[in-house]
Amino acid sequence: MAVETPPRVTPGTPPTAAKAGTEQPWKERWGGLFFVAPFLLLFVLFMLWPIVSGLWNSFFNTSLAGVKHEFLGLQNWRDLFGDPAVWSSLKNTLVFTAMSTPPLVIIALVMALLANRKGLLGWLLRFSYFAPFVLPATVVTLIWVWIYQPGFGLVNGLLTAGGFAEIDWLNTENRAMLAVVITTVWWTVGFNFLLYLAALQGIPAQVYEAAAIDGANGRQQLFRITLPLLSRTTGLIVVLQLVASLKIFDQIYLMTTGGPNHATRPIIMYIYETGFTSYRIGYASAISYLFFAIIVIVAVAQFKLFSGRGEAE
Amino acid sequence: MTTATLPASTKPSRPVRWTFPKAASAVGAVILAVIWLIPLLWALDTSLKPEPETTRAPITWLPEAPTADAYRSVIDQGDLIRWFFNSTIVSVLVTTLTLVVSVLAAYGFSRTKFPGRKVLFGLIIAGILVPPQVLIVPLFQEMTGLGLVDTYWGMVLPQVVAPVMVFVLKKFFDGISRDYEDAARVDGASRWRIVWSVMVPMSRPILVAVGIFTFIGAWNNFLWPFIVTTDPSMMTIPVGLANVQGSYGLRYAQIMASAVLGGLPLLIVYALFQRHVVRGVGDAGIKG
Repeated sequence: MAVETPPRVTPGTPPTAAKAGTEQPWKERWGGLFFVAPFLLLFVLFMLWPIVSGLWNSFFNTSLAGVKHEFLGLQNWRDLFGDPAVWSSLKNTLVFTAMSTPPLVIIALVMALLANRKGLLGWLLRFSYFAPFVLPATVVTLIWVWIYQPGFGLVNGLLTAGGFAEIDWLNTENRAMLAVVITTVWWTVGFNFLLYLAALQGIPAQVYEAAAIDGANGRQQLFRITLPLLSRTTGLIVVLQLVASLKIFDQIYLMTTGGPNHATRPIIMYIYETGFTSYRIGYASAISYLFFAIIVIVAVAQFKLFSGRGEAE
Repeated sequence: MTTATLPASTKPSRPVRWTFPKAASAVGAVILAVIWLIPLLWALDTSLKPEPETTRAPITWLPEAPTADAYRSVIDQGDLIRWFFNSTIVSVLVTTLTLVVSVLAAYGFSRTKFPGRKVLFGLIIAGILVPPQVLIVPLFQEMTGLGLVDTYWGMVLPQVVAPVMVFVLKKFFDGISRDYEDAARVDGASRWRIVWSVMVPMSRPILVAVGIFTFIGAWNNFLWPFIVTTDPSMMTIPVGLANVQGSYGLRYAQIMASAVLGGLPLLIVYALFQRHVVRGVGDAGIKG
């Protein structure tokens, strides 16, 4: 065995090494860059460059047409900290994140536990739970605006049929955000559900068999085996969900346009309005960077948390 | 016989029996599924009603006389088919280019050596953190400068930059044994050939998953196409439908008909590829 392996390796290596050494040292050294080049070109053009030019713009008084280009220094950044609209829209984003993340994690887990079965029922359950996720935001919001419609919408129809008072969901300040959260949970919980499902299916059946032999009942198996084994997945899902929720824009823009009275306007919508309605490119860029910093802080904090947990295990 | 019955009476039997918790979880699962399907069914239901019936005060469940009138008028207005066409072009281009460019980059980072490779990979990984939303303003300026506003390329190119796909594929390639490409190299295959005839066939499941998710993401992307298109004839389905509420007024059967038509293509794709989607999320999500 030990004698047989070396000869198998040696005939393969010398020819390539010799070829590279004598014929094409340049190609051997830099050739790999060609594989990376197409992606790199697009990455530089459509990610790196906008990041840099956005930062550059944030020091200028730039309008969308790029006509006025007056150096402001840190003025945009100072304005940002004194602008109540920045803080209220940031607060709305955080409120949305805080309201949407717990149900999006817990319901996903419940769904995965319920749908982890084979056969037709399993297929139907997986289809029903995940189907909304594949719909475009616009389709989702068209349906839900109709569902929340006062007078003859589904929710209010059921409320009045049950003898309750009607609620104008999307036009009432402390109901609009809840309505958006409900829609979001319905729409996007499927993705977290699939992550949990994959993790559940990765738990070896022997673990449960061993537990059953030791006399563990269903509830004990759930709380002592399944949930602890899912803790890493839960961590992953919470991170992904926090970052996804912080990016909220589509549903709110389409359902309430940030109203009533800016009560649901998230930070990205304020960036959008500043840049594309008020044409204040420089200022919009500065707000973008504030938002970017928050995303990075969340991601890095979570990464730290994760690597710490990884060592503990 | 006697030895077999004794343990069976003390312990729950192994073959599947409908115990109370099992039945309860099946019932709970079905109830949850029904709740999740109701909005979709309600949209379908509304779309089949004659317009006056949609705004009747005590809501009616099934249409008294189902009609396809709403669908007919939505399709006759023409834009929906145009948007469908645009969405198809944009999504197919985004998916194809993302796969090609990401596979090449992943191979480069996984299998070749060149100066600065680690720094570049680190830079691209950092790109995973960049939310596309923070780029909309400078990106729009750039597209205006390049003359790509209201074009397919303007919609497509920024969506092709998906650092997370490079990361996922690179990790997958790292796990493929080098023996296969060594064998191909002995047979005289170039690295270019190796990518397409060794790496790609060996990573089919993950490529299918990446492809499906890229396609869904591109088809459903709202913010960027919304910003970079102003001409209704260039809009994709999600962007075009955003204006529907205003232009149809309070004709709910028509609004729901367009919602159903807008959602149907991907529901069909998903129903056909469910197995790949479920497995793909596991592969890309858990390991990535």
